[in-house]
Amino acid sequence: MLEIHDLRATVAGKEILRGITLSVDAGSVHAVMGPNGSGKSTLAQVLAGHPAYEVTGGTVTYNGENLLAMDPEVRAQAGIFLAFQYPVEIPGVSNAYFLRAAYNEIRKARGEEEIDPMSFADLMDEKMKLVEMDDSMLTRSVNAGFSGGEKKRNEILQMAVLEPRLAILDETDSGLDIDALRIVAHGVNTLKRPTNATIVVTHYQRLLNYIVPDFVHVLAGGRIVRSGGKDLALELEAKGYDWLLEEAVA
Amino acid sequence: MIEPYLRSFEAFSANGGAAAPVWARSLRLSAITRFETLGFPTTHNEDWHFTSVSPILRGAFVPLTHTSGSVTPADLDPFAFSAAGWHTLVFVNGRYHAGLSGGEALPDGVHVMPLAQAYDELPILVEQHLGKIASFDAHTFTALNTAFINDGAVIHVTQNVELARPIHLLFVSDTAAARGTSQPRNLIVVDRHAKATVIESYAGVGEHEYFTNAVTEAVIGDGATLTHLKLQRESTQAFHVGTLDVRQGRDSHLFSFSFATGGALSRTNVYTELRGEGCGATLNGLYLGDDTQHIDHQTRIEHVEPNCYSRELYKGILDGASHGVFNGKVFVHPAAQKTDGKQTNNTLLLSERAQIDTKPQLEIFADDVKCTHGATVGRLDETSLFYMKSRGINARTARELLTYAFAADVLETIELDEVRHGLEAATLRRYTERT
Repeated sequence: MLEIHDLRATVAGKEILRGITLSVDAGSVHAVMGPNGSGKSTLAQVLAGHPAYEVTGGTVTYNGENLLAMDPEVRAQAGIFLAFQYPVEIPGVSNAYFLRAAYNEIRKARGEEEIDPMSFADLMDEKMKLVEMDDSMLTRSVNAGFSGGEKKRNEILQMAVLEPRLAILDETDSGLDIDALRIVAHGVNTLKRPTNATIVVTHYQRLLNYIVPDFVHVLAGGRIVRSGGKDLALELEAKGYDWLLEEAVA
Repeated sequence: MIEPYLRSFEAFSANGGAAAPVWARSLRLSAITRFETLGFPTTHNEDWHFTSVSPILRGAFVPLTHTSGSVTPADLDPFAFSAAGWHTLVFVNGRYHAGLSGGEALPDGVHVMPLAQAYDELPILVEQHLGKIASFDAHTFTALNTAFINDGAVIHVTQNVELARPIHLLFVSDTAAARGTSQPRNLIVVDRHAKATVIESYAGVGEHEYFTNAVTEAVIGDGATLTHLKLQRESTQAFHVGTLDVRQGRDSHLFSFSFATGGALSRTNVYTELRGEGCGATLNGLYLGDDTQHIDHQTRIEHVEPNCYSRELYKGILDGASHGVFNGKVFVHPAAQKTDGKQTNNTLLLSERAQIDTKPQLEIFADDVKCTHGATVGRLDETSLFYMKSRGINARTARELLTYAFAADVLETIELDEVRHGLEAATLRRYTERT
């Protein structure tokens, strides 16, 4: 589904990604871990097409197409979804309006009819249950005045509505208490299909108790320094990142 | 430049204005004298530094003395919030029009009538307040308006009456107003523990050049609440100067909203004095400019007594070569301890040629207060744009939605559903259906 080869990227002239190579197949869950500043959030942003990051080398192929040539909205319409580490507040646009606009754009891109407001309300009822949100969230402005937990749940709600083929969760666990974490993980697990894939970017192993990865990759200094199965995450939890960084330097 | 007005005043005193009570004629005389002394402001005047009134002077507008019959109820529809049925007073070219006015009956204890009728039916109230709130000592346009006091609305909500539905004052100018000037003068008195919502709409039917110079005085009694919504949707060729001047009693509340989209050149003044303890004033507004429009707002909040709060949020979206001005002053008098004030002005510039002059000012003479102010000027937020695009929303739609959202954020503060929905829908159309 996704082939990243020797990907390099800079922000404000500073090189953050220094040759990432990673292959993600449909049906799999990949965890990308690493210390602060290792480049894991940058990887997530680059895959979603954030304009602040400049790709300086390498290739990314998504379902056989050159992902890097696509605008962010085209990537989303093609099934890529980034759950933001810091979801953006948009005062003045209601959550319901925003979700329906996004949903319809994605339907249009798939050659499907736009949904009418009534059918959309039914769809929302179903999706809201998944992340245990109540109706009042729909009339509120997008993320405006939401608590940290509400914002993250709202990201997963958007994911549930848009049904992406490749979901990238950027530090979705940061700032969450255990109950919110469980709700978010439950949402992600419920949305898992053999036809879609998930990349979980996280600093801590904790989230991976709930969203069990097939592969774990450790990022340091803009490169993947170690890949393994889910046991690698436990090893990192016990030993920290330092031993890997030392190995990488050596 | 003031001569045409002085000549008109002589004719008016002998003619249309002759029926007014003696005190009113005397008030007008002192106002025209003051107007003659002051003259029109230049940009050397601090209050007019960013707004040149020379286009108004070039217009050589003549005072309008009678209504035109060409306005129909259908013409008013776009400004009437689709048959909301509110009690409405319509003024055509500055003169009360009984045929177009009406709407639902008023509850007991609420009096709404044109000024000429109020001279007879509410003589004490009118004499007590008219010309006592809006000082013309330093304000040329208020002096000019006062000199030509002749028509407008008087609203009196008596003690303990809570008016559930708004009163709409609709001032329209039609083709007969071309080259003319109207000077509407309104008085709103909300007695102790009463509550009212008043909408003042200024609108043009057709595109032509005229000059509206309106003054509204309002008194909010102890524990009373006034919601005042001013909607300035004049012809884009028109000139508009409008002043709201308010006096607040103890524990009273004012919510003022100024929506300004019309006029070639407009200036809205919103002034309030918090003259009792425990008052609150919220002054919000939204200005939407395009082409070569000039839209100026000046606000002044006087904290005279302790333990009052004021909140101010003015937002603007400027496109084309439009020019916005925001000049907001908050004065905290020495006795006004524990004042809690917050003032914000945010402007979104959609074009390279659009500009804003913003000047939020705090003058604090008390030592135990909490006051903040700030202004931002900018373009659409790139992070928000990316967030929307990352959800599949195309770039153009994302820009349009964010532009609308910038305005909707302050429109949300209008509690009256019909007006909030009406302005939201109009703003959404304005920014999402452009070709």
